[in-house]
Amino acid sequence: MLLVAFLWVGLGRDPREVPSPLIGKPAPAFKLAQLHAPDALLSNDDLKGKVWLLNVWASWCVSCRVEHPLLVQLAKANIVPVYGLDYKDKPDDGRAWLAQNGNPYTTSIVDQDGRVGIDYGVYGVPETFLIDKTGIIRYKQIGPLTAEALQHKILPMVRELQQ
Amino acid sequence: MNRTLRSCACAVVFALTLVIIAAAASPAPDAAIETRLKKLETELRCLVCQNQTLADSNAELAEDLRREVRQLALSGKSDEEIKSYLVARYGDFVLYKPPLKSTTWLLWGGPFALLVGGGVLWWVILRRRERAAPLPPPMDTAAEARARARLDAYEE
Repeated sequence: MLLVAFLWVGLGRDPREVPSPLIGKPAPAFKLAQLHAPDALLSNDDLKGKVWLLNVWASWCVSCRVEHPLLVQLAKANIVPVYGLDYKDKPDDGRAWLAQNGNPYTTSIVDQDGRVGIDYGVYGVPETFLIDKTGIIRYKQIGPLTAEALQHKILPMVRELQQ
Repeated sequence: MNRTLRSCACAVVFALTLVIIAAAASPAPDAAIETRLKKLETELRCLVCQNQTLADSNAELAEDLRREVRQLALSGKSDEEIKSYLVARYGDFVLYKPPLKSTTWLLWGGPFALLVGGGVLWWVILRRRERAAPLPPPMDTAAEARARARLDAYEE
């Protein structure tokens, strides 16, 4: 009986979803070149004072294609700015990919060697972080965004944090 | 005679060269850090392939993390510091051996709790059986004497 209960709960969970220790902690610092303006840098400090999403993506990432239309739609709705972290990607490939699939990002920054990715505990691209006005990580989505996660978790939190 | 001497000298020079090459190839401090890294990498999990350690995995993230661990080790960080660096980013899951704390006590204590619980259950069941079927009352001596006599007669 006990074993059945354990298996029931255990097998129903997704083993890929590892709880992030970063929730409730300050977003790790970065200062990276922008994808569309390689001479300009963007730092996390530049984003203090607003609620923003950090979406980790790459042109080689297959499941990024799944969530991409949703991000484009979100950008059009103009509710919350989405910043992209082009993770372990060639900038040329990244730019071409956005030109082809649409660019939902306010700005994308380039993390070519994946160092910032490690600081953010990235292990399964795409990943999306919700960061509040004071720079604290409030939520992390591992894997593609879904309409459900966006409607029921992320956007309600965004609205609350924006107040 | 001259020829043997020359070939002998040749062999000595050759052997010396080998020794020098071997010494140059594996300087002692590097070897120490390599074994330390190897051991550390077997204690860390590759998050992409989950059931592999960092040492076994060929995933790209594992390569990056090995590079990161190597840099931290070379910059003089202790094993504990390197582990807490990774735990701060990826959580306890990155450790192949989970630490003992409030969220993992069931994981560590569970098997022992099951063992003790099983033992208690076994003892209770034995006690209950004993009570349900009590031992037959001892025979009275007269009956025993009769039975003994019959057995003796049979054996003869």
